[in-house]
Amino acid sequence: MDNTGLNAMEIRNLTKRFGRFTAVDNISFHVRKGEIFGFLGANGAGKTTAMRILCGLSRPTEGEGTVAGFDINREQEKIKKHIGYMSQKFSLYPDLTVKENIRLFGGIYGLGDRKIKEKTVEMLDMLDMKDVRDTLAGCLPLGWKQKLSFSIALVHEPQIIFLDEPTGGVDPETRRRFWEMIYEASMKGITVFVTTHYMDEAEYCDRVSIMVDGRIAAMDTPGRLKEKYGAADMDEVFRIVAGRAKREE
Amino acid sequence: MYSIEIDNISKSYGKTAAVRDISLKVETGEIFGLIGPDGAGKTTLFRIMTTLMMPDSGKGRICGLDMVKDYFMIRKKIGYMPGKFSLYQDLSVKENLEFFATLFGTTVEDSYQTIKEIYSQIEPFRDRRAGKLSGGMKQKLALCCALVHKPSVLFLDEPTTGVDAVSRKEFWNMLGRIRESGVTVFVSTPYMDEAALCDRLALIKEGSIIGTGTPSSLVKAYPHRMLSVKAGRMYPLLKKLRETPGVISCFSFGDSHHVAYDATRTDSRSIVEEAVRAGFPDCTAKEITPGIEDCFMQLSRKWTTQD
Repeated sequence: MDNTGLNAMEIRNLTKRFGRFTAVDNISFHVRKGEIFGFLGANGAGKTTAMRILCGLSRPTEGEGTVAGFDINREQEKIKKHIGYMSQKFSLYPDLTVKENIRLFGGIYGLGDRKIKEKTVEMLDMLDMKDVRDTLAGCLPLGWKQKLSFSIALVHEPQIIFLDEPTGGVDPETRRRFWEMIYEASMKGITVFVTTHYMDEAEYCDRVSIMVDGRIAAMDTPGRLKEKYGAADMDEVFRIVAGRAKREE
Repeated sequence: MYSIEIDNISKSYGKTAAVRDISLKVETGEIFGLIGPDGAGKTTLFRIMTTLMMPDSGKGRICGLDMVKDYFMIRKKIGYMPGKFSLYQDLSVKENLEFFATLFGTTVEDSYQTIKEIYSQIEPFRDRRAGKLSGGMKQKLALCCALVHKPSVLFLDEPTTGVDAVSRKEFWNMLGRIRESGVTVFVSTPYMDEAALCDRLALIKEGSIIGTGTPSSLVKAYPHRMLSVKAGRMYPLLKKLRETPGVISCFSFGDSHHVAYDATRTDSRSIVEEAVRAGFPDCTAKEITPGIEDCFMQLSRKWTTQD
C-alpha cells in the first residue's frame, strides 16, 4: 500500500484550469510522514481547488502525484478511503447523538459492526465522553464537538488528515487545545495537512506553503521564512508574500 | 454623548439563554468592538440593537431613540451589515446599491461622497452580478450598501470572518476612515488581534460580558505576571511548564508559550531552571505584557469557574 517511502504526499507540476482560468498553476511539493504542513494563501489563491484534488474530489488538468501512496489521477476512490477530513463548517451531524455520529462515519468508511463497536468504546474512553454518548452532538460545548469531530476524522485510522480551517471562530483556549490534539496525532506518526487564517497557528506547523495567484510563492519552516523575509512573525511573512497577489479570485 | 446605550438586555431561545443581562454604552464616533467566539451571543445582540428582534427584558436607546418605541426611526439612522452575505446575488453591483439607496429614499449620486472611497474599488465591476464577486469585493459592496443612506451608527457583524490576513488589515483601515467621518462603528469579531484596533471593547462569552474597557485598560487589569518562553521542543515544553509550581496557565502563542505565573511563589529564573533540569537546556524566557487574547483567556476562565 505504501510505495512513497518517507513522504505522505508527493505532488509534481499540478495544474487545474476552469475554461481559460488557471486556478492552480503548476505547483509541486511533498509532505513528509508525520509532518504538520500548513497550507496557507489569501482568499481566491487556489487553496480550495488544490485541496479538492488532494482529497480525490477533483481531477487535475495536468500534473501527477500521490496522496497516502495513491495516484491522484487514477486512484481517487482509494485516496478518499485512506485520508481523514475535517472542517469547521462541516463535521458532525448535530441531530445525531455522539454514539450515532461515530457509528455513521464508521459505516461510511466501511468499518464492520464489530470494529465500530470497539472503536466507539475506545473513542468514548479516550475523549472522556462516556457520560454524553447519548447526547445530541449539536448540544455539546464547542471544545467537545471539536475533539469528537477530530477523532471521527481518524476513525478509519488514516495516515494523513486534512484539516480545512478547523479553528475558524473558535475561542482562544479551545483553539489552542485543538492544536494540542494535532501535536498528539503528529507524534503518533499521522501526517497533518492544515489550512488556517490564524497566523499564530502557522507558527505551529513544521513547514508552511503560501499560495499566491495559483502558485506556491513561498514554502519552508516558519523559522526560515521569518529569516528570509526579515519578519517578526508569520503574520508579517504572510502580508509580504500574499500582499503581492494580482488576481481578485 | 452615547450613540448606543443598552441596559440589562436578556434574550433566550426556549431554555437557551443567548444574551444574559448585558449593559453597554458606546460613545458617538468611536469604534466599539464586541469580541468573542462563535455562539457567544454576538449576533443575537446585533439583532436586538438593530431593532430586528425584541429582547425578553431590558431596554435601550440607539442614537437617543427608544429601541422598542422608536424602532422605525432608528432603522433610518443605522446601517447594518449582517454576518451572512445578504445582498441580492442576481442583481449587479450597481443594482444592489441603487436598490438600497431607493429603500432609504436617497440616490447613489447623493451619497457618492460617503461611499466614494470604497465604491471606487468595486466600480470597475459595477455590472457584475453580486453572486459572482470575490469574497473581498462582496464585503466591500455590502459595506457600501450599509453606508448608502449616510447612517450615524454602523453595525458590522463579523465582517472579517473567513477573510485572509491581508484583506482583514485593509478592511480595518477602511473602518478607521469611516470613523474619521464621524460615524460610530459597532463591530464584532472572533479575531483577538483585531481588538487592539478598537477604541473600546466588550469581551463576550456564553451570552455574558466578561470584560469591558479600552484595550490598554484591559491589559492593565491583567492580574498575573507573564513570560514568553521558548525552547527547541515546544510541545513537550508546554506540558512541562503546566506542571511547574507557581505557573497559573500556559498556552502556545505563535512561536513561544505564554506563561502566567504567581509572582509570590516563583519567578522567571526558577521557571527556566526547572525547565532546563527537565531536559530543555535551550529554554529561554522573557517578561512580557499580555495581549488582549491573554486577557480574554484569563477572564474567560475566571468567569467559568465562578459560574
